[in-house]
Amino acid sequence: MKIRKRLKKAGWITFFVTPGILIVFVFILLPLFMSLFNSLFSWNQLIRHDFVGIDNFKRLFTAYPYQQRFSNALGNNARWFAVTMLVQNLMGLLFGYVLSRKIAGSQIYRRIFFIPVLFSIAAVGFLWGLYLRPNGLVNALLQLIGLGKYASAWLGNAGTATYAIILVNIWRWVGFPSLVFLTAINNVPSECTEAAYLDGANEWQMFKRIVFPLIVPSVTIITVLTVIGSLNVFEQVYTMAGLDGAPNYATDTIGTLFYRTAFGSVDSGAPEIGIGSAVAVVIYLMTFSISLLSIMITKSKEVEM
Amino acid sequence: MNTMRFRFASFGKRIFIVLMQLVMISYVILIIYPLFSMIISSFKSTRDIMRFPFSLPSGFDFSNYVSVWVDKGFSVYFLNSLYYTVASMVFVVMFGSMAAFGISRYAFKGNTMLYMLFLSGIMLPLKAAVIPLFQIVKGFGIMDNPLSVIFVFIAMGIPSTVFILSGFMKTIPAALEQAARIDGASELRIYSQIVMPICMPSVALVVIYNAVPIWNEFFFPLVFLQSDRLKTLPVGLSSFIGQHSTKWELLFTGLSMAIVPMLIMYLFMSKYFIKGMTAGAVK
Repeated sequence: MKIRKRLKKAGWITFFVTPGILIVFVFILLPLFMSLFNSLFSWNQLIRHDFVGIDNFKRLFTAYPYQQRFSNALGNNARWFAVTMLVQNLMGLLFGYVLSRKIAGSQIYRRIFFIPVLFSIAAVGFLWGLYLRPNGLVNALLQLIGLGKYASAWLGNAGTATYAIILVNIWRWVGFPSLVFLTAINNVPSECTEAAYLDGANEWQMFKRIVFPLIVPSVTIITVLTVIGSLNVFEQVYTMAGLDGAPNYATDTIGTLFYRTAFGSVDSGAPEIGIGSAVAVVIYLMTFSISLLSIMITKSKEVEM
Repeated sequence: MNTMRFRFASFGKRIFIVLMQLVMISYVILIIYPLFSMIISSFKSTRDIMRFPFSLPSGFDFSNYVSVWVDKGFSVYFLNSLYYTVASMVFVVMFGSMAAFGISRYAFKGNTMLYMLFLSGIMLPLKAAVIPLFQIVKGFGIMDNPLSVIFVFIAMGIPSTVFILSGFMKTIPAALEQAARIDGASELRIYSQIVMPICMPSVALVVIYNAVPIWNEFFFPLVFLQSDRLKTLPVGLSSFIGQHSTKWELLFTGLSMAIVPMLIMYLFMSKYFIKGMTAGAVK
């Protein structure tokens, strides 16, 4: 009787869990192992050849043109992370804090700040791509306010292109950290802020000593999401600079480089599954280790309530 | 009392409030104006867009919209996006909630491991897996077939669904289902008629959390669907922009067509969108 009951329970668990686990396994976990496997072989287009060990990784890190392209792209991903953390997440922190203090109009502001978060990266990228053209809206505005001499081919100039694309992405996404921080700040117990307020703390002291230490868990989440997002950049560059990371690879990222290696190509014009899989493995490892690192760093700063 | 009301504020605080209002209003303009400009530009000629970028259109002629919607295939792209999003969301909710139910409502060995297995799907960058996914999709013979992206979308949605729903299901008191069990209800009935109805608010969050990124997804439809008649709105927009790069009024019409429907939906349900999109990041 007891065994029958347990078997029945096991049957039900299997019934409920299997469809989900099957799909996650086939389309998320299996590809992870296949990437690892593929990266250890030499490939001729889509045909697998010999086992070559870590040869693909060696070529990626040492041989021309892979090494140059790879470190260039990685540098740009680092730029994405640094600028996004500094500009977008600090703005988000400021917006979240000010909105939480119920400044007049805060209900409308928070709704408006979130609007671009809903749009596809592709649409936002193409829209701003138009505005950033030499004869586009941005330069027209500079001329209108008498700063015409600063007008520039924002996306055609190697010095500005990556930053222009990053800023467009921040335009789209800053509402997200703002509202995550807003929710977190609203969850700070009001006794804490009331007490500080009665002690005569000013806004900066209030933020630094009371609010920020209590919202570190949200800072962790936003940091990890920024790590993942920065390593995943693709659509933004594809829509505003093209697959080659024009001009002259100035906007190239791991995502676009990976796409070119996987589907043709960096070196010979044909898909290179071996090197491409090596790039994928590096992306997996970096996402995992950097996320873990930022969790550890911010976890150590968390305060128990 | 402890808020930033101008009337009761000290002098220093008043300066801070005015400064912050300026920042907020500037940012509102920075968000609204580009969208406004996009819409008015779709009613202007290319020449007027370049020569008088800040002027209003002389009239509202919707022939560009008709041409983009009918002749340029946006109606097809739109319906494709709708079809792929709805089809994948049905299975995301179904399989995701079933798995969440299995994990959170039964105690068994390997329970935590199973949960972690689902969670790993949130952290892994799926784009990096495109080569093996390409091989798998080819192996199933569903290249250039809607099923390819629908499967990938379902896989994208399940981990976060399990995470959000099992978190909620754990808070439902066990007494509810014990009572039903004593009355002889089957496990399937407990899931579908007792637990799921209670979960509906969380299911709504899950739907928004996943449907918006799926609707907007660019990468996988770009890789797996080559036929023009199968393309989604973002990918269709991309090829449209490539073909008409000098006709600015057409470009702005296409962009408006891709962006404005979402904007209108947001105007009516902004509260749910904000709550849904941030569901994975706030407790």
